[in-house]
Amino acid sequence: MECTLDAQSLISISLRKIHSSRTQRGGIKLHKNLLVSYVLRNARQLYLSERYAELYRRQQQHYPDGAPLLAMPACPPPAAAAPPELAALPLPADTQDREARSCGAARGGAELLEVPVCAAPPELQRAPCRDSSPGFYRAPGSAGPGGGGAAPGLLYAAGCDFGSGGAPHCSSRTTVLDLDTHVVTTVENGYLHQDCCSQCPCCCQPAPGLASPPPAPGTKRKYYPGQEEEEEGVEEGEPGGGGVAGGPPFAPCTKRARFEEYSAEHPQDSSNISNLISIFGSGFTGLVSRQQADSEQPLNGQLCSKQALASLGAWTRAIVAF
Amino acid sequence: LLAGFGSVMQDVLWCFSQVKGTIDIGVTEADIISTVEFNHTGELLATGDKGGRVVIFQREQESKNQPHRRGEYNVYSTFQSHEPEFDYLKSLEIEEKINKIRWLPQQNAAYFLLSTNDKTVKLWKVSERDKRPEGYNLKDEDGRLRDPSMITMLRVPVLRPMDLMVEATPRRVFANAHTYHINSISVNSDYETYMSADDLRINLWNFEITNQSFNIVDIKPANMEELTEVITAAEFHPHHCNTFVYSSSKGTIRLCDMRTAALCDRHAKFFEEPEDPSNRSFFSEIISSISDVKFSHSGRYIMTRDYLTVKVWDLNMENRPIETYQVHDYLRSKLCSLYENDCIFDKFECVWNGSDSVIMTGSYNNFFRMFDRNTKRDVTLEASRENSKPRAILKPRKVCVGGKRRKDEISVDSLDFSKKILHTAWHPSENIIAVAATNNLYIFQDKVN
Repeated sequence: MECTLDAQSLISISLRKIHSSRTQRGGIKLHKNLLVSYVLRNARQLYLSERYAELYRRQQQHYPDGAPLLAMPACPPPAAAAPPELAALPLPADTQDREARSCGAARGGAELLEVPVCAAPPELQRAPCRDSSPGFYRAPGSAGPGGGGAAPGLLYAAGCDFGSGGAPHCSSRTTVLDLDTHVVTTVENGYLHQDCCSQCPCCCQPAPGLASPPPAPGTKRKYYPGQEEEEEGVEEGEPGGGGVAGGPPFAPCTKRARFEEYSAEHPQDSSNISNLISIFGSGFTGLVSRQQADSEQPLNGQLCSKQALASLGAWTRAIVAF
Repeated sequence: LLAGFGSVMQDVLWCFSQVKGTIDIGVTEADIISTVEFNHTGELLATGDKGGRVVIFQREQESKNQPHRRGEYNVYSTFQSHEPEFDYLKSLEIEEKINKIRWLPQQNAAYFLLSTNDKTVKLWKVSERDKRPEGYNLKDEDGRLRDPSMITMLRVPVLRPMDLMVEATPRRVFANAHTYHINSISVNSDYETYMSADDLRINLWNFEITNQSFNIVDIKPANMEELTEVITAAEFHPHHCNTFVYSSSKGTIRLCDMRTAALCDRHAKFFEEPEDPSNRSFFSEIISSISDVKFSHSGRYIMTRDYLTVKVWDLNMENRPIETYQVHDYLRSKLCSLYENDCIFDKFECVWNGSDSVIMTGSYNNFFRMFDRNTKRDVTLEASRENSKPRAILKPRKVCVGGKRRKDEISVDSLDFSKKILHTAWHPSENIIAVAATNNLYIFQDKVN
């Protein structure tokens, strides 16, 4: 009777519970749905972390010769020298390649993606559910790829970089993953560089469907600016792309981005899971029944429509940002 | 084996006394008992079920001839308290299930109780009629009207004894005050007011006034998308009519004083135990949700029940409980499965004995647990038909958590999770307990030597 559910199954089960509660006798049980939403949030965080781990692993596979993909200590990466474990790694001889594989920053601690798993505390790695990416959660002190020890619960996947002589055109660079389209994009100096990324096989490889065009204007995208310091001489630019996740991206109840409408006919479809997860990412969205919303006598039309929008089958619709 | 009631410490042996309900293999959902409550003297025992019915049992007078039968409980009154309703405005069906029954203290010959479903609280008067008037002038014995011109003499009607009839009449209906599902009602010690609590609000009522209630707690956020917790239970202090507590789905308890403000959104005390980070899991939020809160009879302590534990809190210490009892910690590694089959959402209640020395709560497999606060001993007992011989002593049960299973132990994987004991009640002054097991009500008493 031991449980071996992974995050994805947990998410499916939870969504099914919420769905069936809408047809239950006696109306939606607010308490139960709230509790289910917490499980969803927890599972979502694990699921997303696993996806990043997968990306990380694919990065690893693509660069078997020891690109410095390394775990960083929990503190913000130092602007100065690379941690000892990085220094020992060989640099690629071919600068052409270096330029081409220009994901990641040139600091001591290149980072592909920094995912502080905040609201899901590190203890999730000891969750009873099967951990499909054992390499991701590394206990302190254990050796990860390349020998780095990661802070539990934090994933730092270094990009492919190469010391301080990094390619000039992507000198202060963050690479971000769009959860909706799986587009991996590089942000330079705070500005999006889709072109830069499209030339980079390393960026493109792990992300299926990279050939998709940049998001349509007006569509906010979620991305995760890294926390690394800028190199000297590089100014810090404005975050581009419109949508900003200012704080920890996975903390519940943070600012929500606008998502495209999608159909949730196949909630088990993993390509929809990300969207579903995003919808449930912030708090209790979408679980209020229409009836309850209407009965509250909205103060004005705007409130009414927002409530109605949020409540009417909200788990299948877009979430309206504030 | 527990300390008995009273100042002398004794070992208590629990014996089967009675069981009410049918032994049918297929249980009708409507017959599932959803609440159990003794009245203030213990003379009456009320149950409510999912079908909206209330059954009241009354204790027989003790007979000198049969002292070992310390007063059996027999059916006193049965009535339909709530019916299923349909809210046309919201397209919602309202279940008739009785969520809670609370007795009022007896002030005259009649008995009064409050019963509630998800939306409506009702005050019922239960009274006896053992006489009826006879000898009316204008109607005959069958009630047919007489022709006045045929009456030649007048007589005074007299009261004649009749077979005892117990009638229940709804005296008040307190409706339309709750948007969300009512989870608790609690009678105030002033006996003039009571409160009803739903997921987000608590209302204060006067028994005499049904078209108005005062909202005393409102935790509904301005934007429902920001909702993080709901109210799960609420109760008035047994002596201080201005004080009440309510528990939340986040495992916290707030004590409020109605004298400080009309709206008690700011608590006077806030009880919360810091979470143990080593126990964190996907289901941490669910298992920390409090399903029941009860003041001790003394009013000095509160007891809370969450999925795996019962905790006793001292009102003077807010940062942690003074006692924590593990009800069925072996379930901690099964939370995933219990989430899948919805058992993790089961709401167990907890009760104090009359002297506040022993606490009791239910578990699965028709097991229920008692914890002696003084001796720190605990016992697991089972409500089952197999142990239902009159005055049969209940044998303590044990769950084997791994390794070699002894002969009379039961392994965790063999537990029947469909047999859950959510509702129990303890007589206010004696060692008599009522345990609801699905559609059956078991009554156990301590052995009289």
